[in-house]
Amino acid sequence: MLIIGERINGMFTDIGDALRNKDPKPLQYWAVKQEEGGAHYLDVNSGPAIPTEERVAAYEWMVKVIQEVSELPLVLDSTNYNAIEAGLKVCKRPAIINSCPVEQVKIERVFPMAIQYNAGLIGLTMDKQGIPKDAENRVAFAMELVAAADEYGLQMEDLFIDPLILPVNVAQEHAPEVLESLRQVKMLANPAPRTVLGLSNVSQKAQDRSLINRTFLAMAISSGLDAAIMNANDDELVDVAATCQILLNRSIYADSYLKVFRAR
Amino acid sequence: MSVTLVKERYASKVGEVVLGATPEQGGTRTATVTVGGDSALPFLHFEGQMPNRPVIAMEVTDIVPAWQELITRQIGDVLNDPAAWAKKCVDEFGADLIFLKFDGADPEGENRSPEDCARIVREVLAAVGVPLIVEGCDDPAKNNEVMTAIAEAAAGENLLIGFAEQDNYKSIVAAAMVHKHTLIARSPLDINICKQLNILINEMGLPLNKIIIDPTVAGLGFGIEYVYSIMERARLGALANDKMLSMPMICNIGSEANRCKEAYVSAEEYPGWGDLADRSVLWEAVTASGVLQVGASILVMRNPAAVRLVRKNIADLMSE
Repeated sequence: MLIIGERINGMFTDIGDALRNKDPKPLQYWAVKQEEGGAHYLDVNSGPAIPTEERVAAYEWMVKVIQEVSELPLVLDSTNYNAIEAGLKVCKRPAIINSCPVEQVKIERVFPMAIQYNAGLIGLTMDKQGIPKDAENRVAFAMELVAAADEYGLQMEDLFIDPLILPVNVAQEHAPEVLESLRQVKMLANPAPRTVLGLSNVSQKAQDRSLINRTFLAMAISSGLDAAIMNANDDELVDVAATCQILLNRSIYADSYLKVFRAR
Repeated sequence: MSVTLVKERYASKVGEVVLGATPEQGGTRTATVTVGGDSALPFLHFEGQMPNRPVIAMEVTDIVPAWQELITRQIGDVLNDPAAWAKKCVDEFGADLIFLKFDGADPEGENRSPEDCARIVREVLAAVGVPLIVEGCDDPAKNNEVMTAIAEAAAGENLLIGFAEQDNYKSIVAAAMVHKHTLIARSPLDINICKQLNILINEMGLPLNKIIIDPTVAGLGFGIEYVYSIMERARLGALANDKMLSMPMICNIGSEANRCKEAYVSAEEYPGWGDLADRSVLWEAVTASGVLQVGASILVMRNPAAVRLVRKNIADLMSE
């Protein structure tokens, strides 16, 4: 189970301000803090804080300052592929591109880029029309992403399918469809593509966010989830990820399993 | 139709552990022995490296052992002299290491003093140049006293000392750390306890490359399949990057195999089992070659004839 720390995102005020002021400290603070919490990867997203024309330079800067304090590999999160490419050029370790929907123009841009920079790639089960409601159409999109990986020569383990979870308070019927999608995506190829979710979406503007997040995480892992972009500093959430590893027999039990999961 | 060889890709490998120390390293051994380092399942040379072959340690006890005559006859008149016995194991039987066991320290038996044990360790160190594995007796409290004295007397030699258990590990871990030895972590055929014990030892500050796992082997016909599957699982864990299971493993073959009735009962008593001379050697050799297939790095053996067979088996398996 890969934990991708979500916190370095311009949507958060402190990161937004840091990006505007070119102050590396908040980014570096969260890089270290998320690693301590148990993150294996760090998501890097400028959000709307940076005007479009400055994004390329911003991603290069973000990657550089984060790598000054952390050895963790990065997940470059943007819809601006030139910005992602600028980031990839300065990444010291193989990164993950976040993300590519099922749109031919974007597939043609992003898949070769993943190969060129030895990066993983998050593929979204959606197209221009948006996110499908049911598992069937999500899986159909996943199949197109699997076919694209095959066509461009991306290793199946480097393709992360994101079946796109929506907030439970406004799109409740999506959650079971996402779980079913996770199950079916695992049957699309051998070896199977990996799967990922932007976990915190499930609880947007809902009550008891942490409880909803960790309950859904356990359900999703049990359905075939391999990675989650999530709050790496929610200790109870990380505990759930560790416990799922044990209950699915992916890691050998020891009394100190919670500590071992974070120590790796 | 072409055939593609299926090769597994592993995330990690078994850690390497060095036993013994040469004069430059603060000891008196003529050479060190390195075990572990495997990056694939045992002897699958086509998909990974096995940089160090498994080694054989021969068992020497501080008192004349009550072993069957088929074995003691081969060892001869050195049984009452641990230093001479150890030398014979190295010079004549080709032992890679000496496993020195202090049965005589047992309070129920001879109750040998810790100082006396330490003296014998020094004598054996003087007699042979190979690294030593030293275990005390089976009484936990006495074992702690004995091993503390031995660890101090042989400081710098990087002995492999045994053994730490889940209920009794602190004093021997401290002894290993202070006097720079490597430690055997023994668990009772239980991979969860095995992993937890390694965590506890490591938390005291002993590095992972100073620990050897003893999964508690069982003899052929008496539960060997339990240790076989546990060792296989530990190896798969190590290759999948489980750092707390990535230590090389030691198997106490000699004592377990020779406890089995099949290894010592005569053909007169059990005609169906055939000649004891062959059966006895093979019982120990087959137990050893069984655990070699699941990643044993150090085999502790007793019978010189069985050692010869297993050494040949290792040489064959190591030739690619």
